[in-house]
Amino acid sequence: MSTSTLTRKKSVNNNSSHRNSVRKPVNWRRVGAWTLVVLAIAVTVAPFLWMLRTAFSSNAALASNAGNLLPAEFSLGAFKRVLGMQTPEEAIAEGGSGAAINFWLYLRNSVIFATVTTAGQVFFSAMAAYAFSRLRWPGRNAVFGLFLATMMVPPIFTALPNFLMIKNLGLLNTFAGMTLPYLFMTPFAIFFLRQFFLSMSREVEEAAMLDGAKHLRIFFQIVLPNAAAPLATLALLTFIGQWNEYFWPLLVGQDESVRVLTVGLGVFKSQSPQGAPDWSGLMAATLVAAIPVLLLFMAFGKKVVNSIGFSGIK
Amino acid sequence: MTTLTKQQQDPAAPVRRPKAAKPDRKSFIHRLGDLKVALFFIFPAMIGFVVFYLIPTIRGVYLSFTEYSILGEPTWIGIKNYTAMLGDELFWNAMAVTVQYVGLNIGFQTVIALGLALLMHRVAKSTFIRGALLLPFLVANVIVALLWFWMLDYQLGIVNEVISWMGLPRIAFFGSEQWAIPTIAAVNVWRHMGYTALLIFAGLQSIPNHVYEVASLDGSSPTRTFWSITMPLLRPVMVLVLVVTVIGSFQVFDTVAVTTAGGPINASRVIQMYIYQKAFGESDFGYASALSVILFVILALVAFVQMKFLKGNESDLD
Repeated sequence: MSTSTLTRKKSVNNNSSHRNSVRKPVNWRRVGAWTLVVLAIAVTVAPFLWMLRTAFSSNAALASNAGNLLPAEFSLGAFKRVLGMQTPEEAIAEGGSGAAINFWLYLRNSVIFATVTTAGQVFFSAMAAYAFSRLRWPGRNAVFGLFLATMMVPPIFTALPNFLMIKNLGLLNTFAGMTLPYLFMTPFAIFFLRQFFLSMSREVEEAAMLDGAKHLRIFFQIVLPNAAAPLATLALLTFIGQWNEYFWPLLVGQDESVRVLTVGLGVFKSQSPQGAPDWSGLMAATLVAAIPVLLLFMAFGKKVVNSIGFSGIK
Repeated sequence: MTTLTKQQQDPAAPVRRPKAAKPDRKSFIHRLGDLKVALFFIFPAMIGFVVFYLIPTIRGVYLSFTEYSILGEPTWIGIKNYTAMLGDELFWNAMAVTVQYVGLNIGFQTVIALGLALLMHRVAKSTFIRGALLLPFLVANVIVALLWFWMLDYQLGIVNEVISWMGLPRIAFFGSEQWAIPTIAAVNVWRHMGYTALLIFAGLQSIPNHVYEVASLDGSSPTRTFWSITMPLLRPVMVLVLVVTVIGSFQVFDTVAVTTAGGPINASRVIQMYIYQKAFGESDFGYASALSVILFVILALVAFVQMKFLKGNESDLD
């Protein structure tokens, strides 16, 4: 409980002293509320524990121990299988499909895809947000309104024509084709950064301008460093979003050489033989694919949590 | 969004530089302001906007009036794609399935998220708890879908183990026509409830404390306070949350694509899945474009109706 609420309660009590008399030793309402909180967290976290339990099980043993809470015949085989450290024969013996999932390649592709799009998007959106917030020019608000309006367009609507364009340019199954639509801006990123740039003090900027500093220098040496926190938050949110992206990479990045993890997981699932799918392999793969995001969240969780509010509405 | 723009001030506005004292010669240049610099700063974003948003939007509308398999050139066929839709049973099925999904998904998600937000606001204020509840939202749709595909498996899934342990018949969650959509809706409720709760929580925090203090002094019961104070004051936020989540919900794809791929039979072929299959399965880009125009129109209408009738852009907090 935060102190502000405590003091608030106290002042209420002082003002209406009769409330002191109805104080009970156990606040059942509170106990009930905390039970619900614990339940909600259990429902949220338990599936992840089940993912972990399955990933450390031997796939062949899962069938006979379906309800056991601990790993069925503890084994690292699933991870070895996913990371390509098992021969197909060993994999089949453990209940895998024997089909390789080229995990390291997909991981590399995901890193390239998410990093390049995040870097480009945040930087170019920051430039645009600077023009929309700190510069005066005719038509500024009209152009900004037009940019914002595209937030209403559902991604599938632009995905079809964009796919045709990327195909006509011969960029299918290239990183260029996968990253270009995300590289320059999203209306959300510009909107998000513009809010912060608008609230920044102009004094330092004007002093610099009197010293003869040009806009480029002001942008790089004053605006960007001062907006480091919102820039980091935006980059974090963008990276997580791009890491999880499925639809666009599915359309233009089917080829192994550029296939990202999300698409690779879908393929891995459909490769599993229908009779006895390689559940532990699949869970090991999803776990490893989720790890980068989980690590980022552990490091910067507070930032992510606090960034979700009105400005976080996508 | 509207509330945000209302508050902010334009720091560029008060800067009338002393140079403007000589309006005769410099007025034209002054009116252009920083146009040259601005063009430089906006140039990359402008390319992205024109090439990947503006042109595709126009082209998408154009393609919806054509017949176009990916080979050759699009042929203009007028409104034939749209008239064909009227008699297309799969289209109406896709619409019905999608609406069913959105209803289940949004209904449960909003109620649960509101409950969680109230809990976060009243008792569990720690960032750690909020973080834990946000976790499923940060993991990819595909991963969440596969995780639940395993947990809800008919043979070995833990949920069916528990069900049969309780002496009940096993359920083919993804494999039966009547369960596929409710199951997918439930999976996505699980993924989005924490995130939606955080959005509502942010709204709850914007309600000033003194309103509650007055209510408490007047002897208002917690239930009464909730219905006559919290809910009315939260309305603009709830509307915004509903607009955003409903629009997102209509575009469900990833979860369906990796679990049922639209099946069994047509039971979970949501509209975006249908568009995808038309375009990339049957190379019917004209018809797929017409479908996505309809989806676009529906989403715009939904947003408009919600803003209009729930008065999302007006606050009672004045």
